[in-house]
Amino acid sequence: MPTDWIMGLLGGLMIGLAGAVFLLGNGRVMGASGILGGLVDGSGRGNARERLWFLAGVLVTPLLFIPLIGRGETHASTNVIVLIAAGLLVGIGTRVANGCTSGHGVCGISRLSLRGIVATVFYIGAGGLTVALMRHVLGVI
Amino acid sequence: MKRSVLALVAGGLFGLGLRISGMTDTTKVQGWLDIFGDWDPTLAFVMGGAIVPMFIAWRFTEGRTPLVGGDFPAPPEPKIGRPLVVGSVLFGMGWGLAGLCPGPAIASVGFGGWPVWVFFAAMLLGMLIAPKLRDALDSGA
Repeated sequence: MPTDWIMGLLGGLMIGLAGAVFLLGNGRVMGASGILGGLVDGSGRGNARERLWFLAGVLVTPLLFIPLIGRGETHASTNVIVLIAAGLLVGIGTRVANGCTSGHGVCGISRLSLRGIVATVFYIGAGGLTVALMRHVLGVI
Repeated sequence: MKRSVLALVAGGLFGLGLRISGMTDTTKVQGWLDIFGDWDPTLAFVMGGAIVPMFIAWRFTEGRTPLVGGDFPAPPEPKIGRPLVVGSVLFGMGWGLAGLCPGPAIASVGFGGWPVWVFFAAMLLGMLIAPKLRDALDSGA
């Protein structure tokens, strides 16, 4: 659907602009798992305020724009076991790898970082295999 | 003060970009990973759109300092260690399972309802225990 692709490109440009503001303004790499995870495990206590303001912005703007773009629909699974397993895997994996789709993906690839490119190949590969197995073989998702 | 405002602006752009690009919709993310099913290319447009401003931003850092002072992030270590690979594979499995990664999970906390909260809580728990696994992988490498 071309409309979805245009919205994807537009939203993607905003995500890249966000990363540019965080980098050129504050001198920091915009990685969602690192910003949140540093607060959770205490490693980011030194600049907790900056992290909290960033997270507040991420959480609030989708709500502020509801009158314009509507309330989003996540279509997330309602299987509690799937949700808990997925959440644990994402939380552990991103912090062990030290980055997720924004840090390794957007910020790493654009910097031509080998680590970012390798991480992205592995998490997309693992994600593709997981969807193939859980959807087409086991029929869980 | 300036640091907090810039973090809020970056976070706000990030959250809105994730929302309008469709990345808070798990069917679009899982659709992109579903190469054996009804493949959805939207995520590639989002990634492409995000990488362009970030690529320019990284170029712009050369010979400059961040707006708030200090230094830009040091060049990433070229080392591809076990934590990067193992962590990215675990992350990818969770990403495929639920169709959520950390950024969109934070962005949809406000409108996604209980499935997102369950995923989010499990992700925080995963982030809390991740340092132990990372240390184990590091020392064994």
